[in-house]
Amino acid sequence: MPDTLITNARLIDPEVGTETTGWLAVDGGTISATGTDAPPKADRVIDARGKCLAPGIVDIGVKICEPGERHKESFRSAGLAAAAGGVTTMVTRPDTLPAIDTPEVLEFVTRRAREAAPVRIKPMAALTKGRQGREMTELGFLLDAGAVAFTDGDTVTTDTKVLSRAMTYARSLGALVIAHPQDPGLSAGAAATSGKFAALKGLPSVTPMAERMALDRDMALVEMTGVRYHADQITTARALPALERAKANGLDVTAGVSIHHLTLNELDVSDYRTFFKVKPPLRSEDDRLALVDAVASGLIDVICSMHTPQDEESKRLPFEEAASGAVALETLLPAALRLVHAGQIALPVLWRALSLNPARRLGLDTGRLAPGAPADLVLFDADAPFVLDRFKLRSKSKNTPFDGARMQGKVIATFVAGAQVFGAD
Amino acid sequence: MTFRAKHLLGIEPLKPDDIREILDLADQYVDLNRGAVKHSDALAGLTQINMFFENSTRTQASFELAGKRLGADVMNMAMQASSIKKGETLIDTALTLNAMHPDLLVVRHPHSGAVDLLAQKVNCAVLNAGDGRHEHPTQALLDALTIRRAKGRLHRLSIAICGDIAHSRVARSNIILLGKMENRVRLVGPPTLVPGQFAEFGCEVYDDMAEGLKDVDVVMMLRLQRERMDGGFIPSEREYYHRYGLDAEKLAHAKPDAIVMHPGPMNRGVEIDGEIADDINRSVIQEQVEMGVAVRMAAMDLLARNLRERADGGVMV
Repeated sequence: MPDTLITNARLIDPEVGTETTGWLAVDGGTISATGTDAPPKADRVIDARGKCLAPGIVDIGVKICEPGERHKESFRSAGLAAAAGGVTTMVTRPDTLPAIDTPEVLEFVTRRAREAAPVRIKPMAALTKGRQGREMTELGFLLDAGAVAFTDGDTVTTDTKVLSRAMTYARSLGALVIAHPQDPGLSAGAAATSGKFAALKGLPSVTPMAERMALDRDMALVEMTGVRYHADQITTARALPALERAKANGLDVTAGVSIHHLTLNELDVSDYRTFFKVKPPLRSEDDRLALVDAVASGLIDVICSMHTPQDEESKRLPFEEAASGAVALETLLPAALRLVHAGQIALPVLWRALSLNPARRLGLDTGRLAPGAPADLVLFDADAPFVLDRFKLRSKSKNTPFDGARMQGKVIATFVAGAQVFGAD
Repeated sequence: MTFRAKHLLGIEPLKPDDIREILDLADQYVDLNRGAVKHSDALAGLTQINMFFENSTRTQASFELAGKRLGADVMNMAMQASSIKKGETLIDTALTLNAMHPDLLVVRHPHSGAVDLLAQKVNCAVLNAGDGRHEHPTQALLDALTIRRAKGRLHRLSIAICGDIAHSRVARSNIILLGKMENRVRLVGPPTLVPGQFAEFGCEVYDDMAEGLKDVDVVMMLRLQRERMDGGFIPSEREYYHRYGLDAEKLAHAKPDAIVMHPGPMNRGVEIDGEIADDINRSVIQEQVEMGVAVRMAAMDLLARNLRERADGGVMV
């Protein structure tokens, strides 16, 4: 007999691509069965009352500010935020202080994660020592210590010799390299995307072409080295044909996009609102619409939160001086549902990008509703409306661009390996 | 009264009637400034603080003189020298200021939007004296007043703004103001300093000086900042002067009665030929300085009236 049964649920299955009403049984931390017929008996029965049940979100690129800046975010606070946001696996970034670039620092992370966070944590490690772009890290040791991917975050490795060697070495280990495609020469000092808005506001800006240039370079290096490659964020329409070409040519390439670039545009910055300052900067509405299409078509594989906590001091500055980044673990799900409510994307397709694709790319067993898969689940009401109050967020930092926004979609419960880690009051 | 705003942060939020009202009042202050007794009590009892986070001699002096002629108690704070070096943030500065109870705060800051940020945190009226490359509203207003007095109108004129548009707050405020008043604005300069997106503001963009100046009523030159040259925006000063420096030959393409303007300080022999700058028949550069004081008096007077009205519980529109 299964230990938990969730009945009367709208099952969102990204693998099969279906939305059906039925039940799901959990036994010993894994999904034991699903069905649409009469449900089996179980020790604990949860009536979903027709709400959505989907695999938990796998979020690539979460910044937890341990070690170094624990006042901005800790494993505990990020873990609680993730659980409340339906994120069951946080794939953490190595751009901490110091950078996660040795097996010893990585071990600290996994230990802290185990002690403090209610959700799964899969750490990424730096590709080069100190994220300096000069020498590769101990990729083999780091892989053995549990690193799921290698990235220097938003620091671009400009030395192509260093990068090509790191990629070649990573390829031999079968490791995934995640890069931030942005030409650093063009983007230096930029706080906005070039165009009428940046010109009107007098902000230093970067051409959207900087992203395509860097992606073109990286694609050449991928072709040369054969490495498994993931672009952390593709945010412009102009980069999409380059991505499409690379995939058509059979390169082992995937791409992500942050929820902010999918749901906001440059005009949201308005009168220099620094909570809307992200990296790369918000783009035009044409870009945003092209990105939504690319997610719907599967050209862009992954949606991530790009969760970047910043304290008030680093945001309450003139726009150019303010820090980049936004917290998003708790707003990822309702923000992504905007695309569903706008009729731009179906729920199972959205969940491919939120859950199935990132899990597959990292070689994780989650992201599915199939029997045998880990019971990492999120139960949510896709329609429930609310107005976001940033001071109610569980993250230590409250730098969300959605403060005061009307949103739809509330998490009712989150499960990790069958255990409930969040329940709405 | 049409101008009812609490602050003057930029030209963008102003309506054409607001602009006319400020200029009409400034005309009166020009007369006062030319009279024997250059004094009014419009700001008597009020405290004006000039806070400059960036070096400025002319603008700061102009604001200081404007405030003193209107009877305000004026204090200058040179911020680049003091607290910001000690790590004080703009927000801390705002809190300190609030405790001093100023009525008018004149701010210049090297970053776009910084004056807006400060305005959100202080209790007094804020005048933007230039923020980064965003806006410099009193400069655009004084330019407008100069043009209106020289040409007899401020509409349906053809005006060329020449030089470093990309980094210029003066250009931005002027483009917006002149557009609001229904003029044809041309932008002239090398494409590295006049990016194409400015065409979206309804301006015509030229990279050839002769073409750009053809039959214009007003030639507005901008200062070329030295650091632009180090940044690789132009190959050299002498090539810039050759192609974009205003001399008699290039000016001959404009209308015979076209006026020449410059916000100062000038780089003679870089963006403008000395003879043109000093030609009293063409150059209105000295008038611009005079209009600057009058426009700032008008702007501060109107803001002070709005302050008082708010204090009296008057209804704001």
